[in-house]
Amino acid sequence: MRIPGYWRNTQFFYRLAGWKCVHCGAFHHYKPVVCKRCGSREFAQAELPSSGKLITYTIVRSPPRGFELFAPYAIGLIELEDGTRILSQLTDFKENELKDEIKVEAVFRRVRINGDQGIIEYGYKFRPALRRS
Amino acid sequence: MVKLGGVAVHGYGGYIPRYRIKAEEIGRVWGQDKSGSPVVEKAVAGIDEDAATMAVEAARMALRRAMIDPKKISAIYVGSESKPYAVKPTGTIVAEAIGASPTKLAADLEFACKAGSEAIAIIAGLIRSGQIEYGLAIGADTAQGRPGDALEYTAASGAAAFILGRLDDRAIAEIEAWSAYATDTPDFWRRPSDKYPMHAARFTGEPAYFRHILGAVQSLLEDDGYALNEIDYFVFHQPNVKFPLVVAKYLKVDQEKLSPGLIANLVGNTYSACSLLGLVNVLDQAQPGQRILLASYGSGAGSDAFLIRILDGIFERRDLAPRLAELIEDKIYIDYSMYLKFREEIIMR
Repeated sequence: MRIPGYWRNTQFFYRLAGWKCVHCGAFHHYKPVVCKRCGSREFAQAELPSSGKLITYTIVRSPPRGFELFAPYAIGLIELEDGTRILSQLTDFKENELKDEIKVEAVFRRVRINGDQGIIEYGYKFRPALRRS
Repeated sequence: MVKLGGVAVHGYGGYIPRYRIKAEEIGRVWGQDKSGSPVVEKAVAGIDEDAATMAVEAARMALRRAMIDPKKISAIYVGSESKPYAVKPTGTIVAEAIGASPTKLAADLEFACKAGSEAIAIIAGLIRSGQIEYGLAIGADTAQGRPGDALEYTAASGAAAFILGRLDDRAIAEIEAWSAYATDTPDFWRRPSDKYPMHAARFTGEPAYFRHILGAVQSLLEDDGYALNEIDYFVFHQPNVKFPLVVAKYLKVDQEKLSPGLIANLVGNTYSACSLLGLVNVLDQAQPGQRILLASYGSGAGSDAFLIRILDGIFERRDLAPRLAELIEDKIYIDYSMYLKFREEIIMR
């Protein structure tokens, strides 16, 4: 990712912060001109919940360029506490822990490392919640 | 010694990564029997973790306990000897990740294992002078140990964060006094282009660790007239299990006052986070009115000693984030092959 594109999205990457339509509640990870759902032009800053439950996942064993170091890694579909569904890398898990609806929580991690000289891209991943009950 | 009355801890957080490797497993590779090692196992950062990510995790826990608007945090100092960038502050990454950006002051500090406690002293000074309302001091490291070196059995990963502010009736603890002792003592170092530190073996003991820790502690006690029986917990830097035990014996400190802050046997030496994680473990169990003496140590060499008194705010705040014991117990064991991968020792080119 080019640096300006990464920098513009750090609030979402780092802490799931973005913009919510004040009319229909649709969440946008960037500040849009019009709401993607209802066409409204009014937005308020908002943060998505940092925990939810795992709906399903897959393991990536042949990673795209830039992610080789992390392979094999998991991508999960997560339903956050407010019902928002989000795709995310999963981390810090034993494979037998990845059961349907296990409670997961967002953590801050290295997502991509651009060689020895480029920037380190940080962002959210989800891991099995420390307090699962 | 400096009286620091009026400066308080409002939030604290300790982070230990989930992965552990046993000393016995490292010894298996290098032909050493480590079955009776006092440091049974050490915490290892995951492949996607570094000092910045762990600093963020510890800071988020501190923020949950502090219950303040992160925008009020005007200074973030991160002590580390494994910062992910040689040039680019970790503090601004932390600020953005906890919602404190834009912050006023952010810098990375280096003083071997005491850079985190140095951050506390600087933040305390800014608060006392009225320049900031709240500040965040962090010690975080993914400690380096050359494969096969004695350090490899203990060099571990972790982070501890403290949000400091003016003393009020919601505070967790008051920092009553601070003392420091530093000299030019080359017991452990790393040159700019080197990946692993060098150390002077037994020279790291008497003229380095013991002289500086005792210098800072004795100054704190003697100059301010505190008696040992007025202090309920002692937390010393713990590069191994033996050194803090020797300091305690010299000072005639009972084992039960030392044990709650001694966690190196379970997580290893987390360098800049090391003594601070011991403090976190004590804050997780101390009662209002009790006093803690914290003494860090950084090679090169120096020690910061703090006297901290627990306040009633601990009851309301303590369980707003996981206690350190929960992170210590939540672990995944890895073998030496996975350890090499996590430490990026496998060449991918």
